[in-house]
Amino acid sequence: MSGDTETWRQWLTTDTPRSRQQARLAQLYLGWLNFRSNPLAMLGFLIIAALVVVAAIAPLIATHDPSALDLGSRLTPPGEGGYLLGSDELGRDIYSRIVHGAKITLFIVALVALTAPVFGLLVGTAAGYLGGWVDLVLMRFTDIFLAFPRLVLALAFVAALGAGIENAILAIALTAWPPYARIARAETLTIRRADYIAAIQLQGAGAMRIITGHIWPLCMSSIIIRMTLDMAGVILTAAGLGFLGLGAQPPLPEWGAMISSGRKFILDHWWVATMPGVAIFIVSLGFNLLGDGLRDVLDPKRGGQ
Amino acid sequence: MAQASLDNGRRGLSAPFLRRLKGLAGAAVSLAVTMVGLLLVTFIIGRVMPIDPVLAVVGERATPEHYQQVYEEMGLDQPVIVQFVGYLGDVLTGDFGMSRLTARPVSDDIVRVFPATLELATLGLIIGVILGVPMGVMAAVHQGRWLDHLVRLFGLFGYSMPIFWIGLIGLLVFYGILGWVGGPGRLDIFYVDVIPTVTGLILVDSLIAGDLTIFWNAVSHIALPASILGYYSLAYISRMTRSFMLEELGKEYVTTARVKGLSERAVIWRHALGNVMIPLITVIALSYANLLEGSVLTETVFAWPGLGLYITTALLSADMNAVLGGTVVVGLIFVGLNMFSDILYKLVDPRAR
Repeated sequence: MSGDTETWRQWLTTDTPRSRQQARLAQLYLGWLNFRSNPLAMLGFLIIAALVVVAAIAPLIATHDPSALDLGSRLTPPGEGGYLLGSDELGRDIYSRIVHGAKITLFIVALVALTAPVFGLLVGTAAGYLGGWVDLVLMRFTDIFLAFPRLVLALAFVAALGAGIENAILAIALTAWPPYARIARAETLTIRRADYIAAIQLQGAGAMRIITGHIWPLCMSSIIIRMTLDMAGVILTAAGLGFLGLGAQPPLPEWGAMISSGRKFILDHWWVATMPGVAIFIVSLGFNLLGDGLRDVLDPKRGGQ
Repeated sequence: MAQASLDNGRRGLSAPFLRRLKGLAGAAVSLAVTMVGLLLVTFIIGRVMPIDPVLAVVGERATPEHYQQVYEEMGLDQPVIVQFVGYLGDVLTGDFGMSRLTARPVSDDIVRVFPATLELATLGLIIGVILGVPMGVMAAVHQGRWLDHLVRLFGLFGYSMPIFWIGLIGLLVFYGILGWVGGPGRLDIFYVDVIPTVTGLILVDSLIAGDLTIFWNAVSHIALPASILGYYSLAYISRMTRSFMLEELGKEYVTTARVKGLSERAVIWRHALGNVMIPLITVIALSYANLLEGSVLTETVFAWPGLGLYITTALLSADMNAVLGGTVVVGLIFVGLNMFSDILYKLVDPRAR
């Protein structure tokens, strides 16, 4: 199939798909074409792809050991002495630390993305499908978590659990799930009375099967959009916790913590705090652009706004 | 089904007053449930923390008898539910316990630091609204053209930058290099505590005292952090304004207004924006609540002695009463503002009544 480009493309863009698989792939391909025509969304996609690549090959492209101290050349300005982006107060190479920090950022983002939306989806679809008092209890529970500003609640959680990157991730995930529950519930409410759901019910499917097999797939696109847009917020919250000294602890090259350590020198040695901030900015911009683009592709109703 | 028709029948019979009363009661119940839930969360956080509250009081070298006595005095031998009810009662009477760090009641501390946050967040919101609403309107009017993209990009940047980092860069550029603004803190050190505290808002207090030197000094200190918070809320406000305006400009009354020869300015700014103001109120109230969150980090960067700095300082010294007290207050304000925007929305929009 992939040998001959012409037939491969024809196969994907045909009006008469011969299998469900083909129809699905064709849909994906059309979405991709649509997505590719949006330059800003592509930029976002490339930024995130670059983040993944950098995190994967960090040891190869780093010029220094990220934790190697060299007090003799502390606070070297960018470009001097082989320090591409300068060195910090302990003589560590900022460029290498940022490159290695990409792994930590990706780790945080991936863990939150794997936990919070799943939990939210579970709560939201259960509430929406089952209705009644289950709905009431679950949504009250969700509202309570929504009643705190995210960072403040995460702060309180970290205070209780103790500082550290694992606890920071846990705190962020604990504060990130309610919007997903809201979205999933809203989606469920619109489809639970659909004819096809009634048809499966008549076939004898239980609530569990209907929710996981027939409601979840339809919630996916809005959850994915929300997730992508949310990741920028997750990165900023994680960086904020790191900045306050509650996230990743010092030897780790976490970007927020790096800004925090450069804060003391901001007026005389600007690069120490500036460089990691640029990294955070680029990555969260990437997620925002990607999320906007995905929304245009996956959600035509709200696209173009 | 039966319930619904019964409701409809009752609505048909009685005055709309009853319906509003019912709505109000429902809102009050949901508010109360949310508040109790909020306190339950902070209570649980306080319970699972690794710090032993008794040890914090009696110290490392206390005898077991003394430890036991304090343990019982603090009510920790009671069932959890009793402790929670006690906690509820304490909080409702404004008792958050003593702060270990300042050795004063947490509630006194919060009352003392809160005006600083209020001053900062309010000014930030004013900046955000004054700039964000016109930007959103302009973007909608010029949809798809360069002005639209510029506004969108400007907003996206605001979404994507860590607020504490913009704060540091702002300090570097406007304080360190250009010298246009005052540095961290609310006033230069030799002006602190010179004027009597009336409202706690230095901008207001200095005017009451008639001291313009202090007023301008306070302005130079608040300008940068407030602008940064303003930028932060501007991103959200301009985005929402744009999408509301786009929807409004496509409506038929706008076409009618144009057809009957109204100037484009009147159509956009009076007719369309007038209708957009209703949903926009909700957005503005929400961004006010979000500014509380932004202020936690901004206050840390600018050494601004408000609620955010109070919470983070308490955190770093494991002063749990202060942390939880601050969290509860922020949560209550957050819920209150959401509630307020709902009510305001209903007051302004006849369709929502």
